[in-house]
Amino acid sequence: MAQAALAPRDAAPAVFQTVRTPDLHPRPTKVKADTVKVFYGQKQALHGVTIDIPEKAVTAFIGPSGCGKSTFLRCLNRMNDTIDGCRVEGEILLDNRDIYDPSLDVVELRARVGMVFQKPNPFPKSIFENVAYGPRIHGLARSKAELEEIVVASLQKASLFNEVKDRLHEPGTGLSGGQQQRLCIARTIAVSPDVILMDEPCSALDPIATAKVEELIDELRKNFTIVIVTHSMQQAARVSQRTAFFHLGTLVEEGPTDHVFTNPSERRTQDYITGRFG
Amino acid sequence: MTEHTISAYEAELRHLAGKIAEMGGLAEQLVADSVQALVRMDTALAQRVVFEDRRLDQMQRDIEEASILVIAKRQPMAMDLREIVGFMRIANDLERVGDLAKNIGKRVVAINSSIVQKKLMVGVEHLAEIALEQLKHVLDAYANRNEALARQVRERDDEIDALYTSLFRELLTYMMEDPRNIGQCTHLLFCAKNIERIGDHATNIAETVHYAVTGSMFETERPKADLTSEQAIALPG
Repeated sequence: MAQAALAPRDAAPAVFQTVRTPDLHPRPTKVKADTVKVFYGQKQALHGVTIDIPEKAVTAFIGPSGCGKSTFLRCLNRMNDTIDGCRVEGEILLDNRDIYDPSLDVVELRARVGMVFQKPNPFPKSIFENVAYGPRIHGLARSKAELEEIVVASLQKASLFNEVKDRLHEPGTGLSGGQQQRLCIARTIAVSPDVILMDEPCSALDPIATAKVEELIDELRKNFTIVIVTHSMQQAARVSQRTAFFHLGTLVEEGPTDHVFTNPSERRTQDYITGRFG
Repeated sequence: MTEHTISAYEAELRHLAGKIAEMGGLAEQLVADSVQALVRMDTALAQRVVFEDRRLDQMQRDIEEASILVIAKRQPMAMDLREIVGFMRIANDLERVGDLAKNIGKRVVAINSSIVQKKLMVGVEHLAEIALEQLKHVLDAYANRNEALARQVRERDDEIDALYTSLFRELLTYMMEDPRNIGQCTHLLFCAKNIERIGDHATNIAETVHYAVTGSMFETERPKADLTSEQAIALPG
C-alpha cells in the first residue's frame, strides 16, 4: 500500500504542492481556481485546489472515491450551495469574473456552466420539451420557429437527432440509457453554455453507448470547455487533453493527458493509474 | 515497488519478467557457444547452437502472446505499459541475437576446416568477448532496472564498432595477401559482422531499459563508429 493511503481520510495533509506539467502549446484559461477549500460542516473535503482549466479542451478529473474530485467539480457551478453546512473558500474565476461574487446571478451562472450527471435524468416530458425547457425559461428564443431551431440544432450537436426525429413528442424517459444521456447533453447545450461539467457521464451506460458519448465529447470540445469526472482511467486517457489527479482532498498532479498516463511525475499518480491502490 | 491490487496482474508481469531473464540467459549461452565453436572449429557444438535457437524463437513468440494478452485484459498504464512494451522489444532483440549466433554456427559447419589460421581468429574472439560483456551488462541493467548501467552499455558500443572496422581491414589485407584465404576470411568477416550486430541489439535493449525505467528516450543520437559501410577502403601497398 502507498504510504499516503494509510493516512486517516480526513487528516489535513501538510502543505501540499501540486505537480504541474504545462502543455507544449498552452491554451487560454477559461476557469481559474485558486486555493479552493471546501468544508462539509467540520469536515474539510478539499485542501486548497489551484488549477487552470483550459478553454475548448477536455479536462479529466481522476482519483479514488472520496478524493474530492466531484466536490471540486460542483464548486465550478456552485452546486455545493444547495448542500446544507457546505462552505467554500478560495476563488474561482470564469472568464476572469469571480463566480462566488454575491452580486452574481447563480441561475445565469448555471446556464453558462451546464452539468451532466452520472444517471441520465431527463424530465418526465417529451424529447422536444426536455431540450426546449432551458431556452424557454432563459428567454433565448423569440418565436416558436426559433425555439424549434434551437431544439433541432442541440439534438444534432448531441448526435441524437437522427435517432429521435420521428418521435420528438414522445417521452424522453422512453429512450435507451445512452440516448437519455445524450438527450441530457442536448438539454445542457441548448442554453449555449461556455462550460460543460460531466460527473461520470458514462458509468451507467453500456460500451456502445459509452463510445457514442465519448465521440460526442470529442466533437463538443471544439465549441465548449469540458470538465469530466470519471472512474474509468481509459476513458480519461481517451477523451481528455489534460488530466488532474486528486487524492485525499488535494490535487496531486495535473498535466497533459499523454504525459500523465505514460509517464506521470508523481509516485501517487503512478500507483493509482497502474492499479496499485484506490 | 508497491504491488497491484489485483494479484493475478502482478503475477502475470512477474512471470513475463522471468521469461525475459530466461531468454536472456539462453541468448548469452548461444552467443558464447557459437564463438567457442568457431574458435575451436567444433562442428558438433555449432550444430547444437543451430538447433537450440528454435527454443529462443519459441520463447519470443510466447512472450509476445502473453504480453498482448496482458494488454487486452488489464489495459496497463504508465510504468506497467512501458514495462510490457519493453518485454516485447527485448524479446525481439534477443530472438535476433539468437539468429545471429545461429548464423555463426552455420558458418562454422560451412568452413569445417581445421587449418584456419589462429591469427585470423584472435580479433574475432576479442570482438565476441566485448559483445558478450555488453549483452551480460545490459541484461543485468534490465534485471536491476539500472538506468546508469544501460547508459554505459550504449556508450560502449563505439568500442565494438571501432574494433569491427579494424578487423574488417585486417581480414581484407589477408585476402589480398593470399587469395586462398578469401573463402575463410569472408566467412569470418560475416561472423564478425554478426557479432557487431549482437552489440547493436545490446544497445537496443539498453535503450528499451532506459525507456522502461525513465519514460523518456535517450536524448541524443549515438555517434556511429562503424564507418565501413560509408568509406572506400584503400588498398594496401
